[in-house]
Amino acid sequence: MRYFLLIFLLLAVAVVSIAGFRGSISRKPPIEVFPDMDRQQKLRPQEPNAFLPGGISSQPFVTGTVPRSAARLVKGELVASYSDSPLRDSPTFTGRVAGTTNMVDTIPVPVTEKLMARGRERYAISCLPCHGAQGDGNGITKKLGMAVVATLHDKRIVMMPDGELFHVIANGRNLMGGYGQNITPQDRWAIIAYVRALQLSKLGRATDVPAEFQRALGK
Amino acid sequence: MSDVFPKWTNKLPGKVLIGALLLGAGVTAGLTYYFTPKYTRVGYQPIQPVAFSHTIHAGQLGLDCRYCHNGVEKSWYSNVPSANTCMNCHNQVLKDDPKLALVRESAQSGKPIPWVQIHKTPDYVYFNHSVHVNRGVSCVHCHGPVNKMDEVRHAKSLSMTFCLDCHRNPAPNLRPPDQVYNLDWVPPQNFAKTQGAKFVHDWKVNASQNCSACHR
Ligand code: HEC
Ligand code: HEC
Ligand code: HEC
Ligand code: HEC
Ligand code: HEC
Ligand code: HEC
Repeated sequence: MRYFLLIFLLLAVAVVSIAGFRGSISRKPPIEVFPDMDRQQKLRPQEPNAFLPGGISSQPFVTGTVPRSAARLVKGELVASYSDSPLRDSPTFTGRVAGTTNMVDTIPVPVTEKLMARGRERYAISCLPCHGAQGDGNGITKKLGMAVVATLHDKRIVMMPDGELFHVIANGRNLMGGYGQNITPQDRWAIIAYVRALQLSKLGRATDVPAEFQRALGK
Repeated sequence: MSDVFPKWTNKLPGKVLIGALLLGAGVTAGLTYYFTPKYTRVGYQPIQPVAFSHTIHAGQLGLDCRYCHNGVEKSWYSNVPSANTCMNCHNQVLKDDPKLALVRESAQSGKPIPWVQIHKTPDYVYFNHSVHVNRGVSCVHCHGPVNKMDEVRHAKSLSMTFCLDCHRNPAPNLRPPDQVYNLDWVPPQNFAKTQGAKFVHDWKVNASQNCSACHR
């Protein structure tokens, strides 16, 4: 009996010292104890796939197409689109006056409070790290090695047509990369609306404020 | 009768019983401790091809998760960003650093960086990110404090119990939608009781426990 207990204890100690405790760091993939149907012959996004060009399962957009999920006009609001729809050539998707290469001057979707709020949120995600909360180009990356970041209060950018801003967001410019893959057209307009508001915040005068709010400014 | 069985055999049944009980208890304890995802998965931290750090990018730089994982609120799948996303900054920051050689190469050639996937539910489980993050379930619940991890590790078990524990009573785990991506958010006192229950009611939250919700 003594031997049995001894062996039992040794075994327990051996198991614990080999297998360790829960939550300890391991570099090896988890063991699947009963791997019944854990891994099936199905396609997952972003996994290598020998069949597709370059072995990449998540293929980039074909140029000139709009993904089905991007947007469709339902009761005056953009919801999702089809690449063969006439919408594809509308200013909403191209930032250009239909049928020409001219940039549209103003935002072609209705600017509502909702769009503004969306724009503020999206600006904080995609632009703020570089251009800063105020749009003055003093984002956190400026302190950590980004030498050139444009201030959005530059006169040239204030005067830019909205369609051109749309292009800067989608395709980037000079040292700035494009965000076309990440930001849907609707969100681009939302961001532009918010950028315009930021610019106004520096350009506005006290007299631009409606009379009933002027008192709050302490004037 | 002569001694067919020597005297010591009198105690044998007792000893065998105790031994069997001990063995049984030991094996059961070992199996429950070691053969569940709490042991097999938690702590999995593969070596990634690029020494990318969430502490620097999500913590110190304060980048929103959606800057990189931009599919998370739109689809079931939370994508890992392409090298172009990295190059937005790294075309100026650490421009020639050898640590980023693979990123530059990938952005040039379009060949993806071979990141090792850490969290991976079995293929018979249907999971959806957008349904959770748009209903106030934060990344921390399922991934732990990623913004403090130099290398991402598997922090939660993601077993069926784990999912169901929340689905049975989601209220204490919900937060305002604008705090979902703020992993450091701590709920104010009594938040779970008052606000959580209100969210469940207002948003008509229905965290299904039907087998067919997750096994479709
Ligand atoms: C990774 C950092 C980074 C992010 C994020 C970023 N930008 Fe930029 N942006 C730059 C840099 C750098 C420049 C200066 C480019 C140059 O002049 O070479 C710039 C320039 C610009 C310009 C001026 C273009 C011109 O004609 O001079 C605009 C407008 C602009 N950005 C808008 C945006 C908007 C809107 C967003 C959010 C969707 C955004 N940027 C996000 C880095 C960034
Ligand atoms: C600068 C881009 C970037 C940002 C911002 C970012 N991530 Fe990541 N994330 C990555 C990359 C690249 C990987 C893959 C490499 C790795 O696992 O470290 C990754 C991996 C992960 C993984 C593990 C994926 C797997 O394989 O299972 C999780 C979980 C994660 N990120 C969560 C977050 C959360 C939560 C935030 C917000 C606090 C965040 N990330 C912000 C780029 C980013
Ligand atoms: C918003 C800008 C930004 C983006 C986007 C970004 N980084 Fe960085 N990265 C930085 C900054 C800033 C540093 C810190 C530089 C320093 O420490 O001086 C850094 C540092 C690094 C380092 C060095 C870390 C170390 O230990 O010194 C690596 C590796 C890295 N980034 C990889 C990536 C990868 C991979 C991606 C894409 C998934 C990415 N970065 C996206 C800004 C960015
Ligand atoms: C309800 C739990 C839950 C929440 C909340 C959650 N995740 Fe996940 N996440 C998972 C599961 C489960 C997986 C594994 C999915 C799979 O099988 O591909 C995963 C996978 C991932 C991956 C890896 C995808 C891959 O293939 O490499 C990333 C990146 C990620 N999550 C990021 C996030 C971010 C960022 C957030 C917060 C905005 C978040 N997750 C919130 C449960 C969650
Ligand atoms: C922290 C809480 C939490 C955790 C953990 C969690 N969920 Fe959920 N889940 C929810 C909530 C809340 C909803 C309901 C959303 C709604 O009502 O729109 C939900 C909804 C779902 C749905 C959609 C159900 C339907 O009716 O279509 C699926 C599928 C799902 N969860 C799967 C999972 C899986 C798989 C896991 C484990 C990896 C998991 N969840 C972990 C909170 C959670
Ligand atoms: C909230 C989501 C959810 C619901 C609801 C759910 N499951 Fe699961 N189930 C999971 C996940 C996640 C796993 C994978 C667990 C793992 O890999 O550790 C799983 C695994 C399983 C397994 C395989 C276990 C194994 O290790 O082989 C079975 C069997 C199963 N579930 C049956 C059921 C039944 C029966 C129901 C209904 C009573 C149900 N599930 C409801 C999420 C769910």
